[in-house]
Amino acid sequence: MLKIKDLHARIDGKDILKGLSLEISAGEVHAIMGPNGAGKSTLAQVLAGREGYEIVSGSVEFCGRDLLALAPEERAREGVFLAFQYPVEIPGVNNVYLLKAALNAIRKHRGEDELDAYAFMKIIREKMQLMQMDASFLNRGVNEGFSGGEKKRNEILQMAVLEPKLALLDETDSGLDIDAMKVVADGVNSLRSPERAIIMVTHYQRLLDHIVPDVVHVLADGRIVKSGDRSLALELEAHGYEWLQQAVGT
Amino acid sequence: MATNEHELEHLVSRKYKHGFYTEIDSDTVPPGLNEDVIRFISAKKEEPEWLTEWRLKAYRHWLTMPVPQWAHVHYPPIDFQAISYYSAPKRPEDAPQSLDEVDPKLLETYDKLGIPLHERARLAGVAVDAVFDSVSVTTTFKEKLAEAGVIFGSFSEAVREHPELVRRYLGSVVPARDNFYAALNSAVFTDGSFVYIPKGVRCPMELSTYFRINAANTGQFERTLIVADEGSHVSYLEGCTAPMRDENQLHAAVVELVALKDAEIKYSTVQNWYPGDEEGRGGIYNFVTKRGDCRGANSKISWTQVETGSAITWKYPSCILRGENSVGEFYSVAVANNLQQADTGTKMIHIGRNTRSTIISKGISAGRAQNAYRGLVRVLPTAEGARNFTQCDSLLIGDRCGAHTFPYIEARNPSAQIEHEATTSKIGEDQLFYCLQRGLSEEDAVNMIVNGFCKEVFRELPMEFAVEAQALLNVSLEGAVG
Ligand SMILES: Nc1ncnc2c1ncn2[C@@H]1O[C@H](COP(=O)(O)OP(=O)(O)O)[C@@H](O)[C@H]1O
Ligand SMILES: [Mg+2]
Repeated sequence: MLKIKDLHARIDGKDILKGLSLEISAGEVHAIMGPNGAGKSTLAQVLAGREGYEIVSGSVEFCGRDLLALAPEERAREGVFLAFQYPVEIPGVNNVYLLKAALNAIRKHRGEDELDAYAFMKIIREKMQLMQMDASFLNRGVNEGFSGGEKKRNEILQMAVLEPKLALLDETDSGLDIDAMKVVADGVNSLRSPERAIIMVTHYQRLLDHIVPDVVHVLADGRIVKSGDRSLALELEAHGYEWLQQAVGT
Repeated sequence: MATNEHELEHLVSRKYKHGFYTEIDSDTVPPGLNEDVIRFISAKKEEPEWLTEWRLKAYRHWLTMPVPQWAHVHYPPIDFQAISYYSAPKRPEDAPQSLDEVDPKLLETYDKLGIPLHERARLAGVAVDAVFDSVSVTTTFKEKLAEAGVIFGSFSEAVREHPELVRRYLGSVVPARDNFYAALNSAVFTDGSFVYIPKGVRCPMELSTYFRINAANTGQFERTLIVADEGSHVSYLEGCTAPMRDENQLHAAVVELVALKDAEIKYSTVQNWYPGDEEGRGGIYNFVTKRGDCRGANSKISWTQVETGSAITWKYPSCILRGENSVGEFYSVAVANNLQQADTGTKMIHIGRNTRSTIISKGISAGRAQNAYRGLVRVLPTAEGARNFTQCDSLLIGDRCGAHTFPYIEARNPSAQIEHEATTSKIGEDQLFYCLQRGLSEEDAVNMIVNGFCKEVFRELPMEFAVEAQALLNVSLEGAVG
């Protein structure tokens, strides 16, 4: 589904991604781990199409298309979803309003009819229940005054409603207490499906206890330096990134 | 200043060359202003002697006044002798006879605003009776109001039918000498609305200029007077939400509100006069004096405005809080796009004890526009326990526009509590990207963020107005990004 080949990207003249390659197929869940500042968020933002990054070289293919040639909203409508590390507040805009606008934009792109209020609310209620969110969330401003945990939950709620093909979760576990993490993990797990690929960026292996990945990658200094199965995450936790850097000789 | 003085001198010394009444056709006057023109207007409207005199006094005072220079706006000097001060309302046979005869671009805008078909015709100035039976609509609603004892009609009508009320209140809030444009208006005003709500009456419906049959032909110098007698209540909606292409450059209206004891007036405006094109050509100069007088104890006046149009807006709806415990409110959204300039705000003058005021101002600037908030909170020594809360937020779209805030606070009673909050933010790239990442187009994203920013004000508008205001905001910010 997604093929990243030798991707080099920079921001403000600073090289961040330095030859990153990665492939993920539909139905898989990959975890990307790595030290602070390695370029994990940069990768997620570049894939989602944020302005300001210069793609120096390399390519990204998504479902057979050149992803980098698409505008950010086109990528979203094609099924790329980014759960942000730091979801932004949009004062005065109802959560439910944004969700409805987003869902209808995506449905329209797929040639489907816009949902009426009734059908839409039915979907929302179901997903809110899944995320154990109170109905009062809907009429609050987007992320306005939300706690860190509430923001992350809200991201997964949006993902559940928009049903993307490729979901990028950027540190969705950070700032969550153990109960909240379980809720978020259940939400993500319920979205695992043979048609969907999920990339989870995380700092800690504890999330992987709840969402078990098929592949674990280590991203360091702008590159994937090691890939493996679940056990790689455990090893990392036991020995730290220092160990890894020695092991791969970077 | 030198040029203005020169102009004025020229103006004052100018002799009217031709015999006035012989030169003109009976329904229009040629450009220019002098006492004969004023007498002509007054005569056309069959006004009583006192009103003619009132106009003339205003005119004579206006001649001595310099053009105000303090607003944060720039425009070439207006040639007041180049304006025609009276033209009779269009006769039905001169108006377009159907929508087919109306500028398609205008219709396109109505379409975007979601204005109902029959209303589009009215807004576009199509002869009314060619479209729907306006008479019956008007009569049913007039009957309902009459039952309640409410007087609502054109200003000229009120001068004829209720001269005692008009005489008592006209100029009692905005004196003829108040300021340059108010003086000009007092001299030459053509028409406007008059409302009187009797004691203890709650007006049975929202009063809107929409129902007033001659609203479409109201000239550029409108005069509106609303009097709410003791314990009464009224909500008044002004303006239409569609861009009226208007050949006139200058609009100088005066609106006076009087709230007696325990009375409440809610005045909502959606203003969308022609703003000029992207290069700043054309467009309306909107120089308006709006003021409410909370004359009685426990009275309340609330201004809500959404200003998206006009090339230049210069407007400060104000409240004089004279009665004890009276309340003044000002909720405003002012949008300036392209080369529009807006200088708006309010004045809250606290005179009575325990008077309270709230100011919520949302300024949005896009393109190369300049948007200024100017607000005065004045607490007089008599206003024991006065309180004010001001919140003044500016939103910038792009980096070539500007927002300016000029708060003036004069507290002359030590017990006054005045709070002022101000923020300026750019439409965040983060916010925009967040919305794009959810699949929204850039335009929809901007509209959504801007509407969210204005929410506190929109909430104050009557329901159907709020919907139109949002649509209007979206239309006026079209192409602001990207
Ligand atoms: N706008 C920017 N200008 C310059 N450097 C940046 C910018 N944004 C991120 N960086 C740098 O890029 C590197 C990678 O950041 P990031 O992708 O956020 O790392 P991670 O998510 O792996 O912790 C960091 O060194 C960070 O300081
Ligand atoms: Mg990060």
